Amino acid sequence: MIFGLPVLSVVIWLPIIFGILVLATGNDRNAPLARIIALVGALLGFLVAIPLYTGFDKMTSAMQFVEMRDWITRYNIHYHLGVDGISMLFILLNSFFTPLVVIAGWKVIEKRVAQYMAAFLIMSGLVNGVFASLDAVLFYVFWEAMLIPMFIIIGVWGGPNRVYAAVKFFLYTLLGSLLMLVALLYLYFQSGGSFEILDYHQMAIPMAAQILVFIAFFAAFSVKVPMFPVHTWLPDAHVEAPTGGSVVLAAIMLKVGAYGFIRFSLPITPDASHKLAGVMIALSLIAVVYIGLVALAQSDMKKLVAYSSISHMGFVTLGFFIFNAYGMEGALLQMISHGFVSGALFLCIGVLYDRMHSRQISDYGGVANTMPVFAAFFMLFAMANSGLPGTSGFVGEFMVILGAVKVNFWYAFLAAATLVFGAAYTLWMYKRVIFGAVANHHVAKLTDITLREKFVFVILALTVLGMGLYPLPFSEIMHASVNDLLVHVARSKL
Amino acid sequence: MSFLSTLFPAYAEIFLLVMVSAILIVDLFLTNPNKTVTYALVQLTLLGCSMITVSTHQHGVVYLFHNMFVDDLMSDVLKMLSYLSVSMMLVYSRNYLMVRGLFTGEFMALTLFALLGMMVMISASHFLTLYLGLELLSLSLYAMVALQRDSAIATEAAMKYFILGALASGLLLYGMSMFYGATGTLEVAAVSDAITHGVPNKALLVFGLVFVVSGLAFKLGAVPFHMWVPDVYHGAPTAMTMLIGTAPKLAAFAFVMRILVEGLQPLMVHWSGMLVILAVLSIAVGNITAIAQTNLKRMLAYSTISHMGFLLLGVLSGGIDGYGAAMFYAAVYVLMSLGGFGMIMLLSREGFEADTLNDYKGLNQRSPWLAFVMLLLMFSMAGVPPMVGFYAKFSVLSAVVNAGHIPLAVIAVLFSLIGAFYYLRIVKLMYFDAPESHVPISIQPDSGLLISMNGLAVLALGIMPGTFMSVCAVAVQQSLLLH
Repeated sequence: MIFGLPVLSVVIWLPIIFGILVLATGNDRNAPLARIIALVGALLGFLVAIPLYTGFDKMTSAMQFVEMRDWITRYNIHYHLGVDGISMLFILLNSFFTPLVVIAGWKVIEKRVAQYMAAFLIMSGLVNGVFASLDAVLFYVFWEAMLIPMFIIIGVWGGPNRVYAAVKFFLYTLLGSLLMLVALLYLYFQSGGSFEILDYHQMAIPMAAQILVFIAFFAAFSVKVPMFPVHTWLPDAHVEAPTGGSVVLAAIMLKVGAYGFIRFSLPITPDASHKLAGVMIALSLIAVVYIGLVALAQSDMKKLVAYSSISHMGFVTLGFFIFNAYGMEGALLQMISHGFVSGALFLCIGVLYDRMHSRQISDYGGVANTMPVFAAFFMLFAMANSGLPGTSGFVGEFMVILGAVKVNFWYAFLAAATLVFGAAYTLWMYKRVIFGAVANHHVAKLTDITLREKFVFVILALTVLGMGLYPLPFSEIMHASVNDLLVHVARSKL
Repeated sequence: MSFLSTLFPAYAEIFLLVMVSAILIVDLFLTNPNKTVTYALVQLTLLGCSMITVSTHQHGVVYLFHNMFVDDLMSDVLKMLSYLSVSMMLVYSRNYLMVRGLFTGEFMALTLFALLGMMVMISASHFLTLYLGLELLSLSLYAMVALQRDSAIATEAAMKYFILGALASGLLLYGMSMFYGATGTLEVAAVSDAITHGVPNKALLVFGLVFVVSGLAFKLGAVPFHMWVPDVYHGAPTAMTMLIGTAPKLAAFAFVMRILVEGLQPLMVHWSGMLVILAVLSIAVGNITAIAQTNLKRMLAYSTISHMGFLLLGVLSGGIDGYGAAMFYAAVYVLMSLGGFGMIMLLSREGFEADTLNDYKGLNQRSPWLAFVMLLLMFSMAGVPPMVGFYAKFSVLSAVVNAGHIPLAVIAVLFSLIGAFYYLRIVKLMYFDAPESHVPISIQPDSGLLISMNGLAVLALGIMPGTFMSVCAVAVQQSLLLH
């Protein structure tokens, strides 16, 4: 309870209310005020999420901080919120990133500041809603609603090809979502009139139906993850989005898709999941290997990191579908770590882009000479992206590979290839951008990062190192929930 | 006195008829070119009608005029929504019509006659009453489309509307005559009884059904009987388009309910198959053709066609769920359409119709608030939560899935994905593009307030849709169970 209000509701609605306040400041004459309100809202949003961690009971896999209210009685739909050890971490991750995104856009965004800041705050609240919903319709409403601010963010503040990217992003995601809606309606009638996600976890479903439901969920979640071959919206959206948009896309949006697999696909259709695990693993490994190679060939830094995200998310889905504790926990840790690392990398590229207005690797070279502090931070995040032990990137990947070895040596072998490719494309990019002689007079005129940028990077660097050296605070939270999930997945529902 | 008091279920209709006759005469003696008094009288009449409808509401079903007229919860709810819709339409169109010199006493009288036609349709329990209501509505609308005499495009639209409408009426009448031949009655309930107890000539019934369904499809604008819709929507002055595109859809829903559901329920196996074809074609053709439009009114016309397809999906699913969903869909559609056409009229000015897509470029820079309202409306039409349009689609889809037509539901969602594209394009034009014109937008306070409320209602009903959904379901349930 915060001020007598339930925590999760505050976590969801506080950013949204602040977003509306920011919108109310109107046009760009009041931009400074809009920025301040946005920052206050984002920081408060993070502060109110902290009680979720401190008040969390690690011993139980049951839902905590539960809120239950009637919403649409005609269809037996409830305003039902609650978190377990998995969703709670993602709410924290999301609330953690909102202030960083606001700070990152502080100076860079000059036109329609209020709308920009408001879109991020509203989206932050909606994403928290996705993670906290225990009612399928409530989940769907948040899930779809968050497309609207993202669509606007990419389309208004994005790069030259932003309209194409925004529309592609929206339609791709909507296609999957609508199929999921049909599946949810089917489950509603099969369960005798319940939209409770937890009821679906217990419900028996025949195999043929399970496969169709699985495919519908797959359509929704694989687009968001994104998995090969429906990943093509991501590089476009990333490249054209403003820095803040890329950060939120990589750090948060992709996690929403993976979270869907954990909350819906695996526990609701375990038999179909087992049956189709081969396909899923194959798609995951293609993402890891093939997309890794694609990343190697990129000349645009943002695109490179975007492809690297797809490759890393392939690791996550691989971890889900090998059905053991190492794989599952590794995948979850990888999701959180990837949130920090890819967010940080996009911020790094944003720092360069703000100064040079180019994302082409070939336009850079020898940045270390003019921006030494920045080069150091960039180095750390690049290393984390390639999975260096001691950084957060290592923990998850190592656990997934460990889990994969137990199932099949060749899965593990191919998955481990990502460590090689990851190191190759990240470090090669790093080398070409940062090292060497100063490439041109634009680079020579670069100025090192400001205090505001430093602040953001220090926080992210501490988190990445902290999680790499001591991942226990993260893994112990999710332990009970992961075990419970594995029990669900192992139990046939035919 | 006792005779008059037995007429209480029809008080609203009688009051409206008296008032519209009075307004027609009073208007002749008013010289104010702005027609302020007439306008006030019309709005007061609508208010009076709604008060009468509320105060004469009775639990259950009341028949009148030898079972030709029925008053039940469904008719009362639909009538209230029609009053609201017509009243909003008048607010939106007052300034638009005034600068075009069309804000005349005839316009307002015809609007009220159209409303009377709708009310008769909504309350009809006899095929002839239905037909009379429909003709009163249609003839008023034909005349209204042609009201702008010096516009060739409006005249063409009126002509097309009149000829195709007359054809549809003919089809309907022909179909009804078959029912009379087969069952010997035109009372809705009696037809239903006669069919249930078996009629000697079933082929005659099904033959008649084909004509009736075709006539209905014409009036709803369902594919393949949709040809008039885009031309009429485009050609008519926007105020008339708004009237055609909103409240009459509620009456059309009542029409479908009275004929197909209450009268021909025993033939459901036959008509539901026909509706499947109409619904799927409407959703497909409506959504795909809308993509190619450059005129917003034409785009909304095709969007209407696809929405009518969704409404038919609800009806063909059957059951309280299906009919309730269709009614909810119709009401939500009317709310969204009012906003959409209202926006066109709000942005129009003397000598300029804001009806091409390019007129919406950069609206966010010219007026962020109007752009936001339009964004709410467009996402609502596309069926994106948390706007109310989503719940309309949701309730229809849930009825379709419940009826076991999962492939139909999948087809519907796939085409609504295509539909999302052209709604998104409006948002794209408003938010991502630079404005082409910098003429300041002057908004009348009344219509500006109304469009804000309209947009916020789309959002607020989306956040709290439960009550209204239940009202629709209960209304349909009471009407069906008690008949």
